Amino acid sequence: MSAKPRVKVPKKAAKGDIIQIKTLISHKMETGTRKDKNGNVIPRNIINKFVCSFNGTEILSAELFPSVAANPYFAFSARATESGTFEFAWSDDDGKTVTATEKITVS
Amino acid sequence: MKRTLMGVAAAGLMAFGLSATAAEMKAIDKASTTSAVRSGFSYAISETREMQTDDIQNPSFLWVDIGEEQWGTVDGEAGKSCESCHGNAADTMANVGSTYPVWDPATKKPMNVELRINKCRAENMKAKPWKYESDELLGMTAYIKSVGRGKPIHVSLKDGDMEAWSKKGEQFYYQRRGLLDLSCAHCHEQNPGNLIRAETLSQGQTNGFPTYRLKWQKLGSLHRRFRGCNNNIRAEPYAYGSDEYLALETYLAQRGANLPVEGPSVRK
Repeated sequence: MSAKPRVKVPKKAAKGDIIQIKTLISHKMETGTRKDKNGNVIPRNIINKFVCSFNGTEILSAELFPSVAANPYFAFSARATESGTFEFAWSDDDGKTVTATEKITVS
Repeated sequence: MKRTLMGVAAAGLMAFGLSATAAEMKAIDKASTTSAVRSGFSYAISETREMQTDDIQNPSFLWVDIGEEQWGTVDGEAGKSCESCHGNAADTMANVGSTYPVWDPATKKPMNVELRINKCRAENMKAKPWKYESDELLGMTAYIKSVGRGKPIHVSLKDGDMEAWSKKGEQFYYQRRGLLDLSCAHCHEQNPGNLIRAETLSQGQTNGFPTYRLKWQKLGSLHRRFRGCNNNIRAEPYAYGSDEYLALETYLAQRGANLPVEGPSVRK
């Protein structure tokens, strides 16, 4: 994971609006089925879980499997209820977790 | 009549729930389908095009972010960053993507964006040049091209021996090579739009590079694409930044004159 994750959340929304959230993260998503030059299996290293929470409450979680391509992109919708912070977390097989946060103002 | 057409266009946009990026897509489409010169973009399926035109979906922008960060990072003995001399890239680099390669009097060769970056690093920053195809060099190239998106390609042959190098590139383009005995022209001049196995051939224009190829699962340079092409026709590929590929890059810029810079693009 070299680059920082890219996240797009509208800065403002009216109460009750359905907003679109988009995320993109850099990850090689090594499948665990490929072999290196010497014929040794390259160990699996994929992002296996993605979680999005809003003000501490989980609103979306996804389990990922080896067929997902490198640099996974997620887009989903949420209903704007109150101002607050979206937290995004990507966890991989190495036990690393990358997080990002984005604020929204709901009026 | 005009109003009706616009009405239909607007209704079409609404029906498919398309956004501003769709308008951008249409603009590139129009630019490339109304002339004989077509960007690789116009041969791609709609899902791939949508990926390219949305800066969040476009995975190249992970590299653009690396480039943007490097732009302001001090490196080398001179204690300078790109920003120290060039200021805001959006202002100073806007015309780079569309005008390179340019003539380099020091090496007496055309110089593409990658080589220019490394020349600057070596001479002005006293920093180690980046390796061709490293994330840093791809990132910086992508960043510099991204600030000049939409500018029509216009590579001048006036300086130095650019004319002769372009001729050399033209010779390379029409030279049969490899076990399959094919030249660039056999696929990209005589058969664009036709299938080669399961792949649609394009005109092989260079305006979208560096490009995120879904097959590569990462961003790649134009010279990587050249090497891949040469490999496919069972020819020995030349080195990254080699004279042969610099000549070809110079010539291809002439073939793609006036196409908008799209880099960093997304291709199959």
